[in-house]
Amino acid sequence: MLTLAHFLTFGAILFSIGVAGIFLNRKNIIILLMSIELMLLAVNMNFVAFSRFLDSMDGQVFVFFILTVAAAEAAIGLAILVVLFRNRQSINVEDIEELKG
Amino acid sequence: MPNAISIIEIVFYMFSGVATLAALGVVSSRNPVYSVLFLVLTFFSTACIWLLLEAEFLAITLVLVYVGAVMVLFLFVVMMLDINLAKLRSGFASYLPVGILVAIAMAAQLFILIWARGAGSQVLEYGDSGGSNTQLLGELLYTEYLYPFEIAGFVLLVAIVAAISLTHRRRPETKYQDPSRQVRVTRDERVRLVKMDAEED
Repeated sequence: MLTLAHFLTFGAILFSIGVAGIFLNRKNIIILLMSIELMLLAVNMNFVAFSRFLDSMDGQVFVFFILTVAAAEAAIGLAILVVLFRNRQSINVEDIEELKG
Repeated sequence: MPNAISIIEIVFYMFSGVATLAALGVVSSRNPVYSVLFLVLTFFSTACIWLLLEAEFLAITLVLVYVGAVMVLFLFVVMMLDINLAKLRSGFASYLPVGILVAIAMAAQLFILIWARGAGSQVLEYGDSGGSNTQLLGELLYTEYLYPFEIAGFVLLVAIVAAISLTHRRRPETKYQDPSRQVRVTRDERVRLVKMDAEED
């Protein structure tokens, strides 16, 4: 029998893989963005599971808004990436150091 | 029969297994194009799990909007940029132990939290779902969440404007119209009256 814990565990595994992806690929901005998408997906997974088990639609409304914001974030992030590559011919995180942060 | 494995469980384990393996492929594959394709597989399998949870509208939205638009955008950018893969991959092995350690520690903490709080006792049951999922979501979105819904539309508008203004290049050799000059044009700039004698024939 499937329980809430099964779905939350699946979300936790996806989130952990996303965190590991940020550690492993910290030079490639594209894979960093993809890891962020994975983590957002894990959060959405939890929202949908709780929405189903608490019998409330509000969780799904939240997933709807998260999808909207994530799509906007991906569009702007990739636009910045294209401009960055046009100026630097590289998407290596270590090459982006003008701000001296 | 509480101990028999039902078809729902088989479906859940199959899709979650595929999604987990594909997620591992996203973070570990050598070529970013494969990463994007693995991410598509992850999203698709997760959409199938959302169908199990009777969130049909969001499952379809995930496939249409995410796989259909956002992932294709990722694929487009990955293929357009000519990147030096070997340089970007350097350091992968040295970050591997700490990455795995952090991920396992985080996953273990989440598992303890999930299973200690009694989430394992809430069993998924299918009954009368109370109507169409899309209708329920739409009724909430257009009444209680109308204001956030409009803000979400505005966020998308800002994203469109930002993405276009960031990537738009104004090349000096391309010809373009200047609307303000077009509006400000006067009669004298366009019409020239010439006085001349009437010609015969």
